[in-house]
Amino acid sequence: MTRFSAWNVFWNGVTGQKGWSRQWRDPEPKSHYDVVLIGGGLHGLATAYYLAKNHNIKNIAVVEKGWIGGGNAGRNTTIVRSNYAQPGNREFYEDSLKLWENLSHELNYNVMFSQRSHISLLHSPGAIDGAARNYNVMRQTGTPDVEIWGLDQLKTAVPHLNYGPNARFPIMGAAVQQRAGTARHDAVVWGYARAADALGVDIIQNCEVTGITRNTNRITAIETSRGTIKTHKVGLAVAGNTSRLWSMAGMGQLPIESHKLQAFVSEPLKPLLDQVVVFGMGGAHFYISQSDKGGMVFGGDLDWYKSYAQKGNLPIVQDVAEAAMAVLPCLGRVRLLRHWSGVVDMSMDGSHFICKTPVDNLYLNAGWNYGGFKATPAAGTYFADLIANDRPHKVIANHDLKRFERGLQIDERGAGADPKLHG
Amino acid sequence: MIRIPCPFCGVRDHSEFSYGGDGSVQYPALEASSQDWHDAVFQRDNICGMQTETWQHVNGCRMWLLVERDTMTHEIRSVRPAQTGLTTALEAIK
Ligand SMILES: Cc1cc2nc3c(=O)[nH]c(=O)nc-3n(C[C@H](O)[C@H](O)[C@H](O)COP(=O)(O)OP(=O)(O)OC[C@H]3O[C@@H](n4cnc5c(N)ncnc54)[C@H](O)[C@@H]3O)c2cc1C
Ligand SMILES: [Zn+2]
Repeated sequence: MTRFSAWNVFWNGVTGQKGWSRQWRDPEPKSHYDVVLIGGGLHGLATAYYLAKNHNIKNIAVVEKGWIGGGNAGRNTTIVRSNYAQPGNREFYEDSLKLWENLSHELNYNVMFSQRSHISLLHSPGAIDGAARNYNVMRQTGTPDVEIWGLDQLKTAVPHLNYGPNARFPIMGAAVQQRAGTARHDAVVWGYARAADALGVDIIQNCEVTGITRNTNRITAIETSRGTIKTHKVGLAVAGNTSRLWSMAGMGQLPIESHKLQAFVSEPLKPLLDQVVVFGMGGAHFYISQSDKGGMVFGGDLDWYKSYAQKGNLPIVQDVAEAAMAVLPCLGRVRLLRHWSGVVDMSMDGSHFICKTPVDNLYLNAGWNYGGFKATPAAGTYFADLIANDRPHKVIANHDLKRFERGLQIDERGAGADPKLHG
Repeated sequence: MIRIPCPFCGVRDHSEFSYGGDGSVQYPALEASSQDWHDAVFQRDNICGMQTETWQHVNGCRMWLLVERDTMTHEIRSVRPAQTGLTTALEAIK
């Protein structure tokens, strides 16, 4: 694999672009691996990379039923932030943000991480107080760049929000994280795949796991559409399909429901919005940023009913359009280019699981709700650490399946045990 | 749009309804063990395929319904009132 560098770009530019090689191999599955990661999304690929890099495990496969990045990895709205308030999540997402800050160098691949700031609009004195409380907690616990903005500061930064006297939701201020932003999701997939492949990881696409063979408390092999693969350890990272694989492994219930979340992109526009703007008020939910190509990338709530279909419904299109008009009326004449949906693994408290399971050599990465893109570097790091050392790192000690039995919920929204409410 | 045949109001768009959740969950007796309560509150089959779930016709008759729906194709197989007494009453007037 040719490294990307200014010199290589220049040299290939003058020699007809002939010096580049394949970004990753397309190997046949071997009959045995030390670790098999099921799911070629961001978390499967990142975990493979960190297993090879940090833990020197080389005989690793990532098996993906379709193509890598064809799941939620390639469907999200690419928001990266670490303004979480609950213990456990705070440290985890801040670690993740620090890894994002160096990710392009780490992977030798431009993931276009753009720290353009994340602005959550506030519409009442109570909302400002609530945000101030949370942001103070974050400032005291290692996330220094979160702050509350008054209206003047907000108007200077984002002049074209709906500040008018007739605004349906008058804006009073904003909660802002400066180091937050967006990244190019496909580039993150390809960057991790390329870097993992360079360390010897086999990335096997078009390889669906159809069965999991267990010998009492151990998995001995997985059955795939490309044959049987024996393995010492299995890491599950299949996002919205977790429950299906869980039952393939012969296990029962999980604190997870699969729901679908839609996203939208408009026709490309000239530079309009230089931040991520979030609007959440009562029943409305809306977040928007502008991609490097100029498309307005935005989304809102889940489709509200459980679903495994990667196909969104129209009432949500209307909800999201109404929210857009409420905060950014200048979008009214903009045409929608595409919209799509992904199946997300909504958990009972809105937080994730990176943990051991009742099966000795099966490890779980799941429950990412709306927010697993930003988690990628930390999820990969800690999941790899868990698989290699067979014990959780202290940062993820409470992100296990048993936390509800202990009476603990890591519930950022305080929404309770109803997966669809954890947006 | 999913169309739900409400036994009281007829076929309506799903946007008139509010989704409850897995309708197979049975809450245990108040004095049941915390493990039983944990399982009822937190654990789900999360079926891919036909599942029974609760919907409320909030912008209609406001009744809670038990709907058998495929979670992959969204096809609806059956709809009945969540209260068993009402099912019997509906049958009596048929
Ligand atoms: C519309 C939308 C917007 C989002 N916006 C954001 C955001 O702004 N910020 C943020 O942080 N997060 C966001 N998320 C969440 C984030 O995208 C996910 O949490 C994250 O991508 C999940 O991890 P993953 O990439 O590993 O999952 P996926 O990419 O879904 O990977 C799982 C893979 O497993 C494969 N698989 C499934 N079953 C099998 C099988 N039997 N055998 C083999 N392979 C299998 C699938 O094909 C898939 O490729 C969003 C999600 C959606 C859907
Ligand atoms: Zn009705």
